[in-house]
Amino acid sequence: MRTLLNILIKELLQLKRDPKILPILFMAPVIQLTLLGYAATTDIKRVELAVCDLDRTAASRQVVDRFTSSKYFRVTATVDSQEQFTPLLQSGKARVALTIPAGFEAERSAGRPARVQLVADGADAMSGTIGLAYAATVLQDASVAAGTLPLVNLRPTVLYNPDLVSRNYMVPGILGLIIMIMTMMLTAMAVVRESELGTMEQLLVTPLTPGQLIVGKLVPYALVGLVEVFTVLPVVLFWFKVPLRGSFLTLLLLTLPYMLCTLGLGLFISTLAQTQQQAMMLSAFVFILPQMLLSGFAFPIQNMPAFFRAVTYLVPLRYYLVILRGVFLKGVGLSVLWPQALALLVMGMAILGLARLRFRRRLG
Amino acid sequence: MVRRTLAIAIKELLQLRRDPRTTLALFGMPIVMLLLYGYALSFDVQHIRFAVVDHDGTRAGREVADSFVRSGYFDLVFHGNDVRVLDPLFDAGRIQAALVIPATYGADLAARRATTLQFVLDGSDSQTATTILGYARQVVASVSPKVRTGTRDAAVAPVPLVWYNPDLSSARFLVPGLLAFILMVTSVIATALAVVREKERGTMESLRATPLVAFELLIGKTLPYLLLASGAAAGALVIARLLFDVHVRGSLFWLAAVTLLFLAVSLGWGILVSTVAETQQVAFQLGLLSSMLPTFILSGFIFPISSMPPALQVITHVVPARYFLVALREIILKGAGPEVWWNQAVGLLIYGVAVLGLATIRTVRSL
Repeated sequence: MRTLLNILIKELLQLKRDPKILPILFMAPVIQLTLLGYAATTDIKRVELAVCDLDRTAASRQVVDRFTSSKYFRVTATVDSQEQFTPLLQSGKARVALTIPAGFEAERSAGRPARVQLVADGADAMSGTIGLAYAATVLQDASVAAGTLPLVNLRPTVLYNPDLVSRNYMVPGILGLIIMIMTMMLTAMAVVRESELGTMEQLLVTPLTPGQLIVGKLVPYALVGLVEVFTVLPVVLFWFKVPLRGSFLTLLLLTLPYMLCTLGLGLFISTLAQTQQQAMMLSAFVFILPQMLLSGFAFPIQNMPAFFRAVTYLVPLRYYLVILRGVFLKGVGLSVLWPQALALLVMGMAILGLARLRFRRRLG
Repeated sequence: MVRRTLAIAIKELLQLRRDPRTTLALFGMPIVMLLLYGYALSFDVQHIRFAVVDHDGTRAGREVADSFVRSGYFDLVFHGNDVRVLDPLFDAGRIQAALVIPATYGADLAARRATTLQFVLDGSDSQTATTILGYARQVVASVSPKVRTGTRDAAVAPVPLVWYNPDLSSARFLVPGLLAFILMVTSVIATALAVVREKERGTMESLRATPLVAFELLIGKTLPYLLLASGAAAGALVIARLLFDVHVRGSLFWLAAVTLLFLAVSLGWGILVSTVAETQQVAFQLGLLSSMLPTFILSGFIFPISSMPPALQVITHVVPARYFLVALREIILKGAGPEVWWNQAVGLLIYGVAVLGLATIRTVRSL
């Protein structure tokens, strides 16, 4: 126990002595969170719209007005012919182009459904799709106002995030990302640094067992991870105003098995890399990016093909995201989240076991 | 001068060959990302986990539930007549949306009275939720009988048409962004590391003792990465074409020209980073922070710039990938000529002159 404590203290002293570590520990996560929190919004506000009214009647102007006054569109150009859409869509000045054909009013007053044409810019798939959906809503409202009433109405009730703010969904996820980046990278680099500097040999001649060495290396970075949580959480709650509906203790408790995984991965990376540079590259490109993409952080898992859906089960962040979003937005606790916690625990043990095996082989 | 520059370039290539892991990480990553983006990642919502609570039990109720399933977007995972089961299902994430059919639904329709279906959905993921709600509105609009309340006009029906990317495939949308990303990351990080490595090992001193001038050193150092990065970009374009059917609609000449312009900017950026950093570790972190993250987050690669807060939109103007990305999408997807994207090219040009100039001044001073 005493030897273990000694290595713990040594590791913490080393952390303290690195002058660059403090800004990395405290500033970087907050900057990342603020930047991502603002930028990583998938809400499309005010799609740029170009309008071509070939009918020029009261009815057509009414439809155009509906678009102009709706909160979904910003009319950036009004043109006289459809040919003029091409440069607008090409340069991105318009994402959606609306054409009201000649004879629009005549069709409508004859009681036939009048058609308007919408062209969406598919190159920006997201703005395009959502632009079309918005336009359909605007037109439906226009029809209702004009006197055609569908018998069946839909009354939507949105749970957990009633205003559909994408920030509420993304920001807790960023917390998971930051914990992974910090704990995994720092652990990997701390271990590799010892081998690079040759001090690993010195540690080996001490009476420390490999197990103690590993625990001594991991615990300080687990503490770092917890410090991250406490640094970043105020920003999440008070700056971005993401509601924390569940209990903070549950969140903290369920963060532990997740950190078991990220620390284990850090140790595992250290057994693959020979230099700190390799450790950084491996963790950034081979471990962090794919995990970020396959965890459901930005791209929903359900949209992936079966093979990749299966792969996501191996990504710890996937489970932790469910936990984060569950605790923050749904306010659920262990009774709902135990399968995720269990998966993380099992996975963490497995990764640590594997890393320890490789670690020992490298020492011996 | 050409000979000396070439000598440095060859030395650099040899060094690159000796560190296969770094090279693999730099070039394997873009390929993995391309495959991931092409095959795995998309915003098209399908297989929505869906529940129906039918208080009505008439044929009309069953019909509306059926039409949700038949739309192909909704997978029915629960069907019942008790609303209370929905809460735990939503909490556990087992369903994303639920349709509640009121007890009077069949009778209302038979009497041609207006009626309301309740649609409950999990809003945590606002984007998915918006899409689901859109689908639900479409389904309901298609099954609902219509009545004319007034003597006025008929309905307005939209005829949607998608240009440039008719099936709205995300691969097509993301490939240009990925190209920018690959070029930026490989050139900035690899160049910065290559220069700083010399400093760290003290071999920069030996280079200074040679008759090389700063300019030759810079060109020699960056040339191999310029070639490698262009190779990686061309490879990515070929893969994108073979696997994901992404064709370059515009002119290849202009594509190459804009790409070279962008490469000049990012290589200059790499050199600039190398003049600031003393160790490879710092160089890597600076490179990552100043190239990879902004390119990923602030260039419009994934998150649309027009949705960002105004202050952040202003900041995106200092991200070179932003200009490149707009020009790339216009050339590759829209087949647009220089008259459309010239302002992006001018942005890159100004950026390139500034960055390369600053980098040369700093290198000359440090030598």
